[in-house]
Amino acid sequence: MSSLISNFVGIKSPNPLWLASAPPTDKAYNVVRAFKAGWGGVVWKTLGEDPPIVNVSSRYGAIGFNGAAIAGFNNIELITDRPLALNLAEIKQVKRDWPDRAVVVSLMVPCTEASWKAILGPVEDTGCDGIELNFGCPHGMSERGMGAAVGQVPDYVEMVTRWCKQHSRLPVIVKLTPNITNILLPARAAKRGGADAVSLINTIQSITAIDLDRMAPEPVVDGKGTHGGYCGPAVKPIALRMVAEIARDPECRGMAISGIGGISTWRDAAEFIACGASTVQVCTAVMHHGFRIVEDMAEGLTTWMAGKGYTEVRDFCGAAIPNFVHWDDLNLNYKTLARIDQERCIQCGKCHIACEDTSHQAIAARRDGAERHYEVIDAECVGCNLCAHVCPVEDCITMVPVDRGLPPRTWKQHPNNPMRQDAAD
Amino acid sequence: MTDLAAPCPDIRTNRLPHEDYQANFGDCHPALTRHEARVEASRCYYCYDAPCVEACPTGIDVPGFIRRIATGNLHGAAVTILDANIMGGMCSRVCPTEILCEQRCVRTQADQHPVAIGALQRHATDALLARGEQPFRRAPDSGRRVAVVGAGPAGLSCAHRLARLGHQVTLIEARAKPGGLNEYGIAAYKTVDDFAQREVAFILGIGSIELVTGKALGQDVSLTDLRQSHDAVFLGLGHNAVRALGVDGENLPGVRNATDFIAQLRQADDKAQFPIGRRVVVIGGGNTAVDAAVQARRLGADEVTIAYRRGKAQMSATGDEQDWAQTNGVALRLHARPRRILGDARGVQAVEFEDTREAGAAFTIAADMVLKAIGQYFLPTPLQGSRDLEPLEIDRDRIVVDADRQTSLPGVFAGGDCITGVDLTVTAVEDGKIAALAIDRLLRG
Repeated sequence: MSSLISNFVGIKSPNPLWLASAPPTDKAYNVVRAFKAGWGGVVWKTLGEDPPIVNVSSRYGAIGFNGAAIAGFNNIELITDRPLALNLAEIKQVKRDWPDRAVVVSLMVPCTEASWKAILGPVEDTGCDGIELNFGCPHGMSERGMGAAVGQVPDYVEMVTRWCKQHSRLPVIVKLTPNITNILLPARAAKRGGADAVSLINTIQSITAIDLDRMAPEPVVDGKGTHGGYCGPAVKPIALRMVAEIARDPECRGMAISGIGGISTWRDAAEFIACGASTVQVCTAVMHHGFRIVEDMAEGLTTWMAGKGYTEVRDFCGAAIPNFVHWDDLNLNYKTLARIDQERCIQCGKCHIACEDTSHQAIAARRDGAERHYEVIDAECVGCNLCAHVCPVEDCITMVPVDRGLPPRTWKQHPNNPMRQDAAD
Repeated sequence: MTDLAAPCPDIRTNRLPHEDYQANFGDCHPALTRHEARVEASRCYYCYDAPCVEACPTGIDVPGFIRRIATGNLHGAAVTILDANIMGGMCSRVCPTEILCEQRCVRTQADQHPVAIGALQRHATDALLARGEQPFRRAPDSGRRVAVVGAGPAGLSCAHRLARLGHQVTLIEARAKPGGLNEYGIAAYKTVDDFAQREVAFILGIGSIELVTGKALGQDVSLTDLRQSHDAVFLGLGHNAVRALGVDGENLPGVRNATDFIAQLRQADDKAQFPIGRRVVVIGGGNTAVDAAVQARRLGADEVTIAYRRGKAQMSATGDEQDWAQTNGVALRLHARPRRILGDARGVQAVEFEDTREAGAAFTIAADMVLKAIGQYFLPTPLQGSRDLEPLEIDRDRIVVDADRQTSLPGVFAGGDCITGVDLTVTAVEDGKIAALAIDRLLRG
């Protein structure tokens, strides 16, 4: 039997599925509903100094894809707009009522030691399990010198992390912004500052859409819009790469990772864990479907782990990292060819037109009366995968490795590479 | 069902509560909502070399128009359809899509459920017609005149295309209203809210088409005259005769042609006032039989039977039409060939059938009304009296045409049900379009 029980830098929870600091974790009512549904933990929506900030109406933008809602999501909401004392009281009560769940508190105050020191004590008094430093919020707060404005400057990340470690006994998670060229720089800074963990990604600066009637970015607030923070399924690939980048970085070794970014299913969670995250945080998916999705996430993850023989999450945590290499470590002698299963083919012709128009002219279209035949021309096929991706039928086009009888050879060794390693190497 | 002791034929009006007629003759397949259309459009794979396009007699770019619906370009979707088929609106209602585009949809192989192409087509074309705009402009006037005889699907399609190409058209119709079978020959619930006339108005709205109704070829005007007064002639004459059973009792009161029944019912403003038998027997196995039988049920007939002389597979009514009949409580009696119709001067009482599988086996079905739907054909009588009838070749009750729909007479074209081929609205529209393009080439030398 596989177990999802999680211990993340000393923070225990019945499963590694947490809710991210966001609208769903803004108050006790929602958090209690989430715990009842089965979420292992929450990161409480970011607290700041009083007086509370003021939010706008409306706050969300979204893009759908091919008839499905919310492929990508964006918000222009800021941190909590409720008084600090109210949040602290609720956090204390919730933690008391739900001792087995992880309650981490997200924080964002001005970049002075006094401000951070002042808030750490009252937060610790709630009995919460840890703090998450919001260095990622890409809008509204960053203009005030907080959020991403800190996260984009590695020295600030290190400095604030150090203050928090110094003035609090709680585990410190540093939440990173993806709005930066090299994610390793703030991650390493967090490590140097003494962070127990990083969590990523926060949202990506974005405009989801322009309202073509009002000629303003969505969501439109009284005729105008602003950039927001992008999240949801569309950002998963970006998040996954950044998580994996940190997981394989020798300088970041030993620092835990909480994965965030478009996680909607148990499979997404498993992928983040395989890339080195030991907990995952979810927001958009619950905003789209409600807290109940955790049932399938926990169940699916457990079932999959059992099938693979993993008894606990750490058995496969980071398992994909050794295979996440740089491009010049890939074997250039490896070759696959597309294979079309004619029994499954529904003759839609999408593989042909994709290859013909945009790739290698490697799929022939033949007609035999009304019957259409699409066949791979092996001599032209470079094994690029495009046809397999455009094919609407599962397992109809597969990429089959061909043995060319050649030893593995990377770009580092390739004769076309003027900088290749000496053959003697 | 063999209650021969029944008294006078029971044929009357108002068999149902009044509100039932509205429901029974309302839209049998209501239009898609915008949401439904978006969801359905997203199911289209946007195939390359899409089989559905090939399956459409008018060659509508189906993936192209569905993609336009999906992106919110509803106007572009409608223009894509109407460019290939100016009667895209009616075809979306009456086409047997289950044996045309939707049968070839690759989704039928992928998940058994084709994209609802017909319903999407209606969604796009209804929106354009509702806005009352004309998507096509006439080319500069060619100075040529073409006579189009018959304002049914073939004639209207031909007239519209000719007008688009810059020619003047005289459109001559024998009946009081234009539309042909769209107006007189389709079950009422398939085309509600006077759609046939609204579509005709849309088609004529392009201009340069002079509609003359109540003038019949062979009576009020001759082909010879038309050839003299016009640069070319298109004949979209349709069927003008109904096959007879050739059995005793065929002329008894209460025995009618299904086509007349359908036509009169279509023109009846108050369906409650339309007389219908308590027990109705429809003889035939095509879509006309189904249209008649289902409407008889919906008028309140208790027992409606379609009797067909061969098996289910041989019926020309499509599988969907057969299902529709059965869903509406119509009984299907197969292998039943009428031997005679029983009754007296008061009316019909029953139909006696022989079982075509078993020599000598016979049975009767009691009936208050008998509707004959065993086929229609074309009689060349309208062409008689034309001085040059001789060269207009007719073969097995159909006008012979070439690939351009040109008859054996130079400059005379024909299309629709009066020529050889499948008798569908959509094929008639294609005939008219092809002929118009050929006439244009001819006139421009």
